[in-house]
Amino acid sequence: MIDWVLFVVLALVTLGGALKVVSAEDLVHVVLWLAVTLLGTAGFYAMLDAGFLAAIQVLLYTGGVITLMLFAVLLVRREGGHIPAGGVAEPARAGVVALATAALSGFAIVRGGLLEGEAYRLEPKALGQVLLGPLALPFEALSVLLLAAMVGAIVLARRKDA
Amino acid sequence: MMGPGLSAYLLVAAAMFGVGLYGVLSRRNLVAIVVSVELMANAANLNLVAFSRFGGHPWGQALALFGLALTVAEVVVGLALVVLAARSHTSLDVDAMSSLKG
Repeated sequence: MIDWVLFVVLALVTLGGALKVVSAEDLVHVVLWLAVTLLGTAGFYAMLDAGFLAAIQVLLYTGGVITLMLFAVLLVRREGGHIPAGGVAEPARAGVVALATAALSGFAIVRGGLLEGEAYRLEPKALGQVLLGPLALPFEALSVLLLAAMVGAIVLARRKDA
Repeated sequence: MMGPGLSAYLLVAAAMFGVGLYGVLSRRNLVAIVVSVELMANAANLNLVAFSRFGGHPWGQALALFGLALTVAEVVVGLALVVLAARSHTSLDVDAMSSLKG
């Protein structure tokens, strides 16, 4: 029972934040509502026995990525006191496409005959053993990718001839 | 009484994906589009973690960790491109960026 209460609260926070992300007028508010959504998702991760991922989500995402986005927002042009998010184009058509996608996914989830199964307990230790065992090579490749992204971002941002 | 099952989490993720898709399609500002893409990636990660829990296998969590790192790399490069575009264009409105239009 308490699980359901927690789940509904987290779902309201997450989806409410997501709706504000796509509807807020000020670009800074858009980024801050994204932080709310990401924190709600971290709550879901904690409910799903993924404590390590929840911590990563809070530290890396709501800590790092949101700060990065705020810097990017403040670096681009501002008009007057606030930074407008630019409004929306074709909201009706976009809404139809998004609703159709979500409804189709929902239909597949509800009617697809998913095995509910019982919830297993997953220890953080299991994740570490997978990352340093069978997935060690992809894990190292990932660090090369992050290095490449960092170098690429610096090269792009330092260009003078743009 | 049982707690929320697999499909409850998948439904929340599907709704989040739909909202993100709406943002990508309807927003006109580049930064707002990047933020909406984040929503969609976040929904995919939630799916992976839910499958991992109800399938009883830690590989789903490992894949979600990879997904997180990939999204971070995407944001870093994407925002660098946004800053570059802001320097060379007067506005970040994607409808105004038509210099390649035939």
